[in-house]
Amino acid sequence: MALGSGGTFEGVSPSDLQPTDLIDIDHLLSDEEKQIRSVAREWVQRRILPEVEDWYEKGEFPARELAKELGELGFFLMQLDTEWTLGLNSVAYGLVELEIEAGDSGLRSFVSVQSALCGHAIHAFGSDEQKAEWLPKMASGEAIACFGLSEPDSGSDPGSMRTSAKKDGDDWILNGTKMWITNGGCSDIAIVWAQTDDGVRGFIVPADSPGFTANDIHKKLSLRASVTSELVMDGVRLPADAMLPEVQGLRGPLSCLNEARYGIVWGVMGAARSCFETALEYSKTREQFDKPIGSFQLTQKKLTDMALELYKGTLLAYHLGRLKDEKGLKPEQVSVGKLNNTREALEIARTSRGILGANGITLEYPIMRHMTNLESVITYEGTEEVHTLVIGEQLTGLKAFT
Amino acid sequence: MNIVVLTKWVPEPEGTPTIGEDGLLVREGADGGLDPGDEYGLEAALQLVEAAGDGEITLLTMGPEIAQAALQRGLAMGAHKGVRITDESLRGADSLVTARVLAAAIKRQPFDLVIGGVESTDGYTGIVPAAIAELLGLPGLTFARELHLSDGTLTIERQTAAGYDVVVAPLPIVITVTAGATEPRYPSLKGVMAAKSKPVETLTLSDLGLSGDDVTPTQTVAEVTDAPPKQGGETVEFDDTTAARIADVLAEAKVI
Ligand SMILES: Cc1cc2nc3c(=O)[nH]c(=O)nc-3n(C[C@H](O)[C@H](O)[C@H](O)COP(=O)(O)OP(=O)(O)OC[C@H]3O[C@@H](n4cnc5c(N)ncnc54)[C@H](O)[C@@H]3O)c2cc1C
Repeated sequence: MALGSGGTFEGVSPSDLQPTDLIDIDHLLSDEEKQIRSVAREWVQRRILPEVEDWYEKGEFPARELAKELGELGFFLMQLDTEWTLGLNSVAYGLVELEIEAGDSGLRSFVSVQSALCGHAIHAFGSDEQKAEWLPKMASGEAIACFGLSEPDSGSDPGSMRTSAKKDGDDWILNGTKMWITNGGCSDIAIVWAQTDDGVRGFIVPADSPGFTANDIHKKLSLRASVTSELVMDGVRLPADAMLPEVQGLRGPLSCLNEARYGIVWGVMGAARSCFETALEYSKTREQFDKPIGSFQLTQKKLTDMALELYKGTLLAYHLGRLKDEKGLKPEQVSVGKLNNTREALEIARTSRGILGANGITLEYPIMRHMTNLESVITYEGTEEVHTLVIGEQLTGLKAFT
Repeated sequence: MNIVVLTKWVPEPEGTPTIGEDGLLVREGADGGLDPGDEYGLEAALQLVEAAGDGEITLLTMGPEIAQAALQRGLAMGAHKGVRITDESLRGADSLVTARVLAAAIKRQPFDLVIGGVESTDGYTGIVPAAIAELLGLPGLTFARELHLSDGTLTIERQTAAGYDVVVAPLPIVITVTAGATEPRYPSLKGVMAAKSKPVETLTLSDLGLSGDDVTPTQTVAEVTDAPPKQGGETVEFDDTTAARIADVLAEAKVI
């Protein structure tokens, strides 16, 4: 029996340096951060890895079951410091995201949407009543939430959204369609962003509201173990107190995106680590020309390059985490992390796929699954191009994306 | 309901332990954690306290600084407090010395139940809990594969080679719990965060009123040799005699 599945808190007892951390980034972590990471790693190994291939193949995700477990473990809304949540520091939170995405990016999306997008929206912009009603239920997993910003004709440019909220007496009437909404079909509430007479505002929309429907999107080749849906709002009537009172304009959703992007900076390094570890192991056991393929110089170069990017990406995530807690993060700093780490993770996944040859294309190994998942992760929460242009604008003072 | 759970830090069971020149296990710098065998006992304790609606679980360990990791894990699983006994003179302690030290620590507070694993994953002597029972003058119920508590009486199913015995004893008692008797819970983030503020006491021999004489091992390690390598086994080619040969092998092994 390995202690990994039942005993050790690595780091409290020092272990040899692993190929995934030759430069000892672990040395920067506190014992508590390592213990928190162990909880996530053990859970993913025990609960997710044995099943995720099947979920992926069938295009299913047992959202209700997992929500309950994630709630009990304390993973939902873990970064929020409230009476119902743990208030983890940003590095501990990031480490959990990394371990979860080492399982599957779909699972990490589930946690990110609940915690960083929706949890943050209600925590930062909700009324005390809204917080008291929803945060405890979302933390425990009793309520699942989704975040509706994108629309069929409004992606990188969310300011062009058409969904509208109009006053009718004290009530609001919502009309419009949201698209590509993670958790849409399995949610109890949707945080929906809509145009009003005084700019974009956020609304908490119960999924059982008359006129609200969620249609799941099928035939996906990425994030198959994740629910992605279209939300249709046809004259949905909401009381006045459904609106998030504390924010007006695109600043609201963009602030939530910043939180979620920070989690992605860590998360994708988990997917990358899983690919790298798989390729490394394979390269030592697979023999061609009477030698392990890992003994060929070309393979060693691939492995070395991947290891370097894994270390650099993890260090970048770590740096942003400490900075976030000490000074706060500027959007362009998050863009540096999101752009670099998703791009490098995808590259690592593709290189690892090659090292596995034909075996690399199956679900028997995690690589192709991570690789296709990362195609979504590099698109959502701001595409590669958008983050490039955000950084470009900071560098030049010239805005290139309108 | 006060329960003391014996907890031991052991090196990673799947790894190869390092043996020092003195024949003792090198713990410093080794990879390891809470003995997986102890988790079954801790889980049993947690379930008893949860069923009783109140109670306190104290983790008790003897070991150097590194043993703190075992306590932390147990606290994260839900134990209430930890006690670690550490003393230079305890290096190389044998089973009897360990039992004396642990028994002295257990006696400091009122308790209803002491729970241990059947044997540790590194030493495999399986003596310590029984010795503690003897030193405390209490019944020792070993190999519990199931336990029920009612009205201050514990009933266990004691695993035997042939099946099980039902053994009943009034508290306080010492028991050992088999692997598989319970399904140990995994620590949650909440548990890890809560563990931070749980008290851990560090005690020396003098705190326990023990002296050097009490902890002089009666056993010393004379020599350590590698276990003989496993024999290659036998490959049986498939032909008319195969079935008979397999039956013979199973009979020799007393499996059938
Ligand atoms: C699996 C999945 C889950 C998702 N979950 C959610 C969710 O929960 N909630 C939500 O609101 N949204 C979600 N999305 C939507 C996601 O945020 C959008 O897909 C993303 O913002 C990009 O929008 P788009 O797909 O419309 O692409 P477009 O904006 O149409 O972009 C298409 C291409 O054009 C490029 N482009 C656009 N504008 C410029 C420019 N100015 N300069 C240069 N290049 C440009 C883009 O970079 C991209 O390469 C999800 C998407 C996916 C795939």
